[in-house]
Amino acid sequence: MHKTYLQEEIIRMSGVNPSKCMRCGKCSASCPAYDEMEYHPHQFVNMVESGDIEPLLKSESLYKCLSCFACIERCPRGVEPAKLVEAVRLTAIRKQGANHMTANDVPALLDDEMPQQAIVSAFRKYSK
Amino acid sequence: MKVSYFPGCTLKNKAKDLDTYAYKSAEALGVTLEEIENWQCCGGVFTTAKNEVATKLSSVRALKEAAEKEQPLVTVCSACHNVIKQTNHAMQNEKEFADKVNRYMANETPYAGEAEVVHYLEMLRDMVGFDAVKEKVVNALTGKKIAAYYGCLLLRPSKVMQMDDAENPTIMEDLIAALGATPVVYAKRNECCGGYIAMESPELAKKNSNEVVENAKAAGAEMIITACPLCRYNLMKNGTDIPVVYFTELLAEALGVKEDTNA
Repeated sequence: MHKTYLQEEIIRMSGVNPSKCMRCGKCSASCPAYDEMEYHPHQFVNMVESGDIEPLLKSESLYKCLSCFACIERCPRGVEPAKLVEAVRLTAIRKQGANHMTANDVPALLDDEMPQQAIVSAFRKYSK
Repeated sequence: MKVSYFPGCTLKNKAKDLDTYAYKSAEALGVTLEEIENWQCCGGVFTTAKNEVATKLSSVRALKEAAEKEQPLVTVCSACHNVIKQTNHAMQNEKEFADKVNRYMANETPYAGEAEVVHYLEMLRDMVGFDAVKEKVVNALTGKKIAAYYGCLLLRPSKVMQMDDAENPTIMEDLIAALGATPVVYAKRNECCGGYIAMESPELAKKNSNEVVENAKAAGAEMIITACPLCRYNLMKNGTDIPVVYFTELLAEALGVKEDTNA
């Protein structure tokens, strides 16, 4: 099947080969954000493989991944689904004006104990 | 013994205890931590995309300084450790990425991952030795049931981090035992607390953290220790009724070098 440019780009920047997936679902079973996701980790793999990327680019699921590396660690085929989630998320937020979080949003989300680590991590994931 | 030390943003602010007790305990164990000059924040999370370069430069600068001093680079915070170790691994194994980094930084001597990244826990286990730590204990924490919380970043991805078995780790339990306390093993010790989602979806962080605390308590824990400021925040925020403390604080207490640092 002919791959689209977007599909090739996602595969190239993630370094993931979605064709290695054997559909066991262990990634989604391990995911601590599973309940919050519209598209679950195994679906990311499946949809990138079939070139169905536009729905992923628009999905809030991109911002629910916790970067905990559980799916990367536990995939018996070494597919590493979170790397696909990251590649799609970066493709979305690298567009002009498409940041998921801006500096102006931050003060309302803070409390006195919130560690700096939370803020810098969120910015790495939500903003370019 | 002298080592290079990368504290990280939170250790100079909200997690001062993690830093202060790391210094005090190291001193008591005969290790001098030499802070990297002008270190910059690691960014908190490693971006796995191969074409992300600029976000990894602060880690490379710290690594390069340690390599030039021919010292291991010691980290304490789980997040800093994860980002710096994964960046070093990429510099060693991904030629195209390493080439871009070296051009970007206009490195006169290209960096190729020569530094060794060592977490403070690994320093205790592999360089000082838990037996030597045990000998220096003056306040043995006898009878105290303590649960180690690894969270996600210390151990994963294990083929890069190589600290311990990612599903059945023992490094923190071995430390707890060396300090005279009783380690409590529970299922959720390497599951994620929710991390930075605490900003946008505090209810998800609360759900995940609550599961960790309840699981540790059900196994008999009276205290939880962690190496990560964000794990500590999430577990504490959840309203746990058992204390969640940094492993360096527990270590300082056992070594008899913990004083009131509020002053």
